Amino acid sequence: MEATQATPVKYDMDVVKWFSIMAVIYLVVGTLIGVYIAAELAWPFLNFDIPYITFGRLRPLHTNAVIFAFGGCTLMATGYYIVQRTGATRLWSNGLAWFTFWGWNLIIVLAVITLPMGFTQGKEYAELEWPIDIMIAVVWLAFGLNHIMTVAIRKTSHIYVSNWFTMSMIVMITYLHVVNSLAIPVSLTKSYSIFSGVQDAMIQWWWGHNAVGFYLTAGFLGMMYYFVPKQANRPVFSYRLSVLHFWALTFGYVWLGAHHLQYTALPDWTGSLGASVSLAMIIPSWGGAMNGMMTLSGAWDRLRTDYILRFLVVSLAFYAMSTFEGPVMSIKTVNALSHYTDWTIGHVHSGALGWVAMVAVGSIYHMVKKLWHTEMYSDSLVNVHFWLATIGAVVYVVAMWVSGIMQGLMWRDYDEYGALTYTFVESVSAMHPYYAMRVVGGIIYNLGAWIMLYNVVMTVRQACAARGTNAVPANA
Amino acid sequence: MSDHGKIYSTNFQDSLERSTVKLAIMIALAVAVGGLVEIVPLFYVDSTMTHLSPNVKESQRKAGDVAPIVWDRKAGQTLDDWKPGDGVRPYKPLELAGREVYIREGCYLCHSQMIRPFRDEKDRYGHYSVSSESMYDHPFQWGSKRTGPDLARVGGKYSDEWHRRHLSYPRNVVPESVMPNFFWLDNNKVDPANVAATMEVMRKMPFYPAPYTDADIASAKAAVDGKTELDAVIAYLQGLGNHIKFTDGVNYRD
Repeated sequence: MEATQATPVKYDMDVVKWFSIMAVIYLVVGTLIGVYIAAELAWPFLNFDIPYITFGRLRPLHTNAVIFAFGGCTLMATGYYIVQRTGATRLWSNGLAWFTFWGWNLIIVLAVITLPMGFTQGKEYAELEWPIDIMIAVVWLAFGLNHIMTVAIRKTSHIYVSNWFTMSMIVMITYLHVVNSLAIPVSLTKSYSIFSGVQDAMIQWWWGHNAVGFYLTAGFLGMMYYFVPKQANRPVFSYRLSVLHFWALTFGYVWLGAHHLQYTALPDWTGSLGASVSLAMIIPSWGGAMNGMMTLSGAWDRLRTDYILRFLVVSLAFYAMSTFEGPVMSIKTVNALSHYTDWTIGHVHSGALGWVAMVAVGSIYHMVKKLWHTEMYSDSLVNVHFWLATIGAVVYVVAMWVSGIMQGLMWRDYDEYGALTYTFVESVSAMHPYYAMRVVGGIIYNLGAWIMLYNVVMTVRQACAARGTNAVPANA
Repeated sequence: MSDHGKIYSTNFQDSLERSTVKLAIMIALAVAVGGLVEIVPLFYVDSTMTHLSPNVKESQRKAGDVAPIVWDRKAGQTLDDWKPGDGVRPYKPLELAGREVYIREGCYLCHSQMIRPFRDEKDRYGHYSVSSESMYDHPFQWGSKRTGPDLARVGGKYSDEWHRRHLSYPRNVVPESVMPNFFWLDNNKVDPANVAATMEVMRKMPFYPAPYTDADIASAKAAVDGKTELDAVIAYLQGLGNHIKFTDGVNYRD
């Protein structure tokens, strides 16, 4: 994986340190906003008649904070870390890396300001207004250029599998962001998509599903392929499986977006095509999950003592589960029940809380130890975080499964006279206990994130104190 | 690792793994296909749009249905000459202002505007939605979640006064509702210049531009003058879903 070098290579790791710390902070903030908006749905007085904190304005802030702030900082931290260590080379441009750090964080600050003010393009997961969209494109391309150029100047003969996944993410997210965000401005703070109706719906979900498929899956599989073998201290189970897995996923995932639009005014052929490819995607998805899991062959006993490895393994279990659940939900008969319900929210969060955040957290813990050349301040707190994250995710997901299936069944229920059994609002009040349960799951998960932040800060302080310096990003 | 010359897969895969440029190009090609296949035809295949679909036309002819899908506006007619059932038309100025508030407040995050062709949805919400109904919707408002009910055909279902009370304090009308109070929308006046500017933008759209006349835009400021954002949202909601007169027995989707 890493080339053996006669002389140790000096890496540019300061920027990785700062991206890692910001990722932990955004994990706390993003899940906290999530808990709050979940509570608003259970107890609507929490909107407090303040326009800036109503559910409709804070929900985009929650999704942007967890996907682009937490996910983005994690992807850039691990992207820069892995590309250097697998290529035995420094970054192509350390200056450009710092530009991406400040640029990305500026975008996040602007999102925190503009979304509660109601500046939005109104497209899910792409709400930010056009001037910020342009900044995203510039910073993203800078990250992409820096990553790909660092791959190009590597000292190793082959490009490591993690970097294939990161490169596919870079290319696809560029396509998606540019096309989906095309809009004509009315003013500096308001623009309208150039697409409308059925075409816009397809483009939106081409974007929406591939933000999941490439940003939150390909990018995070890149992490999995580096940090699982490193943490387990075993080689990747199968190189051939990784090749098949990579190309099937890269080619196939793009087609899935249409399954979000089953039974809508989108032509039938498009939805059916999306669903067929979705079913086929179980194979590469499980190929990747198996490849990660089997990497632990012969090292399973380490799960007893290695809490970081626990995060990585449980993330793969969640990945396997939600990549099975997704194709099932894309089948028309299942989708007829699940669409528009909380089941979708539950599915997203089993992927987000279980897979994306867990593999990211495991990777960040691993990096923190390496970057600051130290042990964690408290290993038992890592274990506490692991259990809070696992229990929180399960409570959340179970609540949404139950409420989602219940909603779907109530909406379609008929009485003996052939009349609808329930009014819509009866389904709303029936959701209340599950919405409360979701808040509890979210609080448990968020508590784990606070513990991680405390543990990481204490670890960094301990490492810096050992070196007799107060500067947080100590020498690389 | 030990033997860098050895090929563990195929020659082609190995050559990709050795060349940044080749790998990047192959990725760029592989990820482009799915989107091209699924998106591009939607702009060119007639059956995508209800008003262009040959099958819908044939089905209408068989049923003796002459109701237009899209409003055939005669010269000299204003937007106010349109009557429900005359076919899909662009938004009136006050509706457009209300739609902007609807998007700003994230209403689409809890309310869909897309009725599926199921018995329960027909009984609850009305005739299934068809593609041409959202042809002037930049961006589309189909939504993805029903924390509240679908709104695709909410127009005309309740009185203006019901909407005013419900939007202001939802729980005064529906005790179990979890919707935020929006009484404060009545404190904000609609900006007439912004509405006119928005109509100009909608007219410039490369895909499905709204066919506003100069007179439509010139009269927009007077039409929204003195109205509040609450008035605008109510106008928008009351205009939803009554554009097409649907006839029994016509298949509006392929």
